[in-house]
Amino acid sequence: MNIIVCVKQVPEVAEAELEINKEGTGIDTEDLVMGINEWDNYAVEEAVLLKERHGGSVTVVTLGDEGSEDVLRRALAMGADEAVLIDDQGFEGSDAFGIARGIYGAVKDLPYDLILTGAQASDDGWAQVGPILAEWLDLPFASLAVDLQVNGDLVSVHRELESNTQEKVELSMPGVITVQTGINDPRYVSVMGIRKVRNIRIRETDHGELGLSKDEIGSGGSNVVSRTLFLPTGGEGAEMLTGTLNDICEKTAQIIRDRGGVS
Amino acid sequence: MDEILVLAEHRRGEFRDITFEMLNAAKTLASRNRLRVTVLLLGKDIDEIAGHLESSCDNLLVMNSPELTDYSPYPYLLALEKTVNERRSFLTMMGHTAVGMDLAPALAARLSIPLISDCLNVTLDNGTLEVERQIYGGKINEKLRMKPFAQYLVTQRTGCFPTSLAHDKATQKFTLEPPVWPQFRRRFLEYVEAELSGVDITAADILVSVGRGIGKPENIPLVQEFADAIGATLSCSRPVADKGWLPKDRQVGTSGRTVRPKVYIALGISGAFQHQAGMKNAETIIAVNKDARAPIFNVAQYGIVGDLFQVVPVLKEKFAK
Repeated sequence: MNIIVCVKQVPEVAEAELEINKEGTGIDTEDLVMGINEWDNYAVEEAVLLKERHGGSVTVVTLGDEGSEDVLRRALAMGADEAVLIDDQGFEGSDAFGIARGIYGAVKDLPYDLILTGAQASDDGWAQVGPILAEWLDLPFASLAVDLQVNGDLVSVHRELESNTQEKVELSMPGVITVQTGINDPRYVSVMGIRKVRNIRIRETDHGELGLSKDEIGSGGSNVVSRTLFLPTGGEGAEMLTGTLNDICEKTAQIIRDRGGVS
Repeated sequence: MDEILVLAEHRRGEFRDITFEMLNAAKTLASRNRLRVTVLLLGKDIDEIAGHLESSCDNLLVMNSPELTDYSPYPYLLALEKTVNERRSFLTMMGHTAVGMDLAPALAARLSIPLISDCLNVTLDNGTLEVERQIYGGKINEKLRMKPFAQYLVTQRTGCFPTSLAHDKATQKFTLEPPVWPQFRRRFLEYVEAELSGVDITAADILVSVGRGIGKPENIPLVQEFADAIGATLSCSRPVADKGWLPKDRQVGTSGRTVRPKVYIALGISGAFQHQAGMKNAETIIAVNKDARAPIFNVAQYGIVGDLFQVVPVLKEKFAK
């Protein structure tokens, strides 16, 4: 079976302190490490697992700049066979529709049985591209997959619901599935592994080749007029414990004893 | 029509809290902008719970069909497409939940209406939609001003509005005829409850909870020993359960468990919204994180900016017998 996986390069922010740029329109990414969106990493692994079980090929697609080649190489090292890079600055400032237009253009004529995307990206968190793509390609879809089994022309998917509950649904292939984190255990990618795939040619394309005009993509094509970033406030905020490490731990231990009834 | 159309969400015969939260969000927006609030309720034998919503909205649209027993996107899309088109609803709202995250982008694509997902708050400025939402895992907020459109679609984040329901409207109820359903390419089969490993984190008085900051599975014993020393149970945030370093039923958050211990000690947890939703009602929250701006400090009563690997051993010593 042939599987397409849509991936995105994002800044790794989980343990970083973020700074908003002077204009208030974005964050300073200079000091941040770029990497594959966590959800997409699980999607690539799931595609490679399916290929190992059922045969076929895996094609990874991304939309970004030259730097995005890194996430494609990484996916190739994990076991993907081919890669497509929509290398186009014109997509900068796109909303989810704009990104979906680019991906749609790049995948619509490729052979596929399944298209996998991450359920969302860790930067903008729209969680929209997968189902939009499915509608435009006239394919059935399921989002938030935490388990996925292919049986003949059908794929059964466990979707993650709230409160420790899942639902099992079944769709016909071809289809689009968005992948939730935790669905599998993504394999480790070594520097050696990436070196081994350095000669695989990455197919590059752009909006013109995909038949998109400039006003359909980027900030011009976005439904958003303006965007202002600010640091969240909320709650009363914590009382910060300060002093030497020993002082801090002494105070903390006292709080745990008082509030938790620990002797 | 100048209305906000709210898609009611329910599962196994009960409304989800997001339904009431959306009603409160919609009513706040509606009263400031002279809009009406219409609720769309899709289900089977749904009149039993429809009564709860009477006198809480301007219009209540109810469609009953066996195809609508459990949520599935294709019957929902057909029903919504027809309703939103015919009524020309200005704003259609659904939850940013497993239902809305599935359905809303597909509806947006089908109707070519802009979708703004995971909104904390939606306001109108001279007819232009403005929304507040979070990006980068809740570390940054953004305010978006949208282009003018005749119709918009939003998904509302859970937990931003009260779940109480005011009965302050004269509700007009309408019954919608279900369409002739085609063959759908996706079917709901069954609900699946997650397996339980035997430890019930919701019963613990004290939880020591670890997040991404724990780094690797080899570090789990360090925090387990600390938890043992203070008689606490070990729980975790999503990344730790995703990686299988602790069982899934130790996960605190929207898709895991909701806990209310006397003391919740968050170690290396940045505190994304989904995690906060599961622990913010703990009596006392103590957070240790390297990032002074981590969102966890917004819900904690006590904060320590530092490395958990330095703090935990010293803290454990304080409880040595």
